[in-house]
Amino acid sequence: MLTYLAKRLLEIIPTLFGITLISFFIIHLAPGKPTDIFTELNPKITPEARERLEKYYGLDKPIMIQYALWLKRVVMLDFGESFSSDRRPVIQKIWDEKKPLIERRLFITFMINLLSMAVILVIAIPIGISSATRQNSLFDKLTTTGVFIGFATPSFWLALLLMILFGVHLHLLPISQLKSMNYDSLPLAEKIWDLIKHLILPIFVSAFTGLAADSRFMRGSMLEVIRQDYVTVARAKGLPERTVIYRHAFRNALLPIITLMGLSIGSLIGGSVIFENIFGIPGMGQLFFMSVMTRDYPMVMCILTIGAAATLAGNLMADIGYIIADPRIRAK
Amino acid sequence: MGNHTIRKPVWKRLRTNKLSVIGGIIVLTLFIVAVSAPLISPYNPDDIDRKHVLEPPGLHHLMGTDDLGRDVLSRMIWGARISLAVGFVAIGIATIIGMILGAISGYYGGWLDRIIMRFIDIMLSIPTFFLILAVIAFIGPSIWNIMIVIGLTAWMGVARLVRAEFLSLKEREFVLAAKAIGATDFRIIYKHILINSMSPVLVSAVLGIAGAILVESALSFLGIGVQPPTPSWGNILTLGKDNIEIAWWLSVYPGLAILITVLSYNLFGEGLRDALDPRLWGAEEE
Repeated sequence: MLTYLAKRLLEIIPTLFGITLISFFIIHLAPGKPTDIFTELNPKITPEARERLEKYYGLDKPIMIQYALWLKRVVMLDFGESFSSDRRPVIQKIWDEKKPLIERRLFITFMINLLSMAVILVIAIPIGISSATRQNSLFDKLTTTGVFIGFATPSFWLALLLMILFGVHLHLLPISQLKSMNYDSLPLAEKIWDLIKHLILPIFVSAFTGLAADSRFMRGSMLEVIRQDYVTVARAKGLPERTVIYRHAFRNALLPIITLMGLSIGSLIGGSVIFENIFGIPGMGQLFFMSVMTRDYPMVMCILTIGAAATLAGNLMADIGYIIADPRIRAK
Repeated sequence: MGNHTIRKPVWKRLRTNKLSVIGGIIVLTLFIVAVSAPLISPYNPDDIDRKHVLEPPGLHHLMGTDDLGRDVLSRMIWGARISLAVGFVAIGIATIIGMILGAISGYYGGWLDRIIMRFIDIMLSIPTFFLILAVIAFIGPSIWNIMIVIGLTAWMGVARLVRAEFLSLKEREFVLAAKAIGATDFRIIYKHILINSMSPVLVSAVLGIAGAILVESALSFLGIGVQPPTPSWGNILTLGKDNIEIAWWLSVYPGLAILITVLSYNLFGEGLRDALDPRLWGAEEE
């Protein structure tokens, strides 16, 4: 098992290298030089100042050298300074140690993604099991229909509809930002309640597609397992159906879900651009969108690299989870 | 196993799956609507009418008007062209790239296979939507760029699928026989293996179109997809968001159109998968 893990960890290195390569070269797709964004904004800039700027960012060197220099700094988690007017270090913009945890962008995005994963698991697994154990029942047919509709629903549209319903018509939930204007003056309990109210819609929206996918997957996995011989044996022994399903079938049916959860981290993170934009949540997705639109290249490269690293970490965690959950692999 | 001997039963099997047939009919209808947009749209989609701004659905404008008084129904009909074109071209690109890389990887194996598989891992670990967003924003949003970029980020599944088919088919007798009589690599890859691995590719392409339509609409919604005044379902939804408190029809109809289109492609694709899967043939005839 240890050798497997070591091999798995070693495999990550070339992948990470490839990711930095892609993140770096994407910004060179744009016409002109990255520093054009400064010079466009300031037409009076002198050629000397321009040259100084290019030298500062290493743009006067060949592209491979630029990449090597950038990579060297990235290894030490230094992504440079943002091109935006505040010129703050990129890392500080996503993880500001002076601010409380709940105001740090990276934390906000990860919190929402983790919570929506939890929501997916808690809802999708029971649905999947119930529709598998009652295959072709009314419940199964209804959830299958729901899953197909869920797959086809654009998440941003769902967000709009929910905003119209709960925000505009019912006035039940706030439809933008992470907290109310008067958040700082609230007592702790109300602060938490305020956060929860702001998070309900974004979490539901970001969980929605995954919900459909995972319940479908759980159903398929469960259907496969309950046809196995050992489940028939358990039934033949006279075990009650509950024990057969939850003690014997469920555990094995759960294994593929672990892999699926790990693999879905990438699309969850990608989706955060959409829901953070709609709900005005100050997370990484929103920052990424703003950076892309203003051509804040250091910021874009940083978020691309972090997003990919998080995806890789998710895949790795899924592998480890699989090893822990499956004694057959552990024994190897 | 010739192509024509398999076609008839597949069509018959597909017909028994009602949902899949309905999906297919809707896809076909959308195709007709998109092609005949100039003939059937009641108004010119770009005609601005300042006297009838943000009118709710009624007799004159079945789906209301937008903030410039343009007829929403006409814009929806023209928007069908965009999603159709993006879906087909983007997935066409993805399928071609995926088939080529998957075929090379599966047929030759060795270091070529390792490099291609590693490349797939890298592409899969970068959050796709981030990648698409960044590239489109940098090279500029145009319908062609969108098609190309979606295509360039959607080929990995096909490549893996084709590779798996190649791995299982390349040791089979008919391929070995072709090799023994001196057929070229290209001929073996193309005529003997690729043709025989087409059905899963076809299914994944149909399902992929649904995904591409969703991505395009999300990009257009964020304002970096299809640029106004060209109508697309996604950018009508942007207007819906801007007028969320007063004009529900700008949010409801385009979203429904996306939902129904994607649902139809998915239902049709799933039906096609079942109909093409020989393992299911016996089971159904019982």
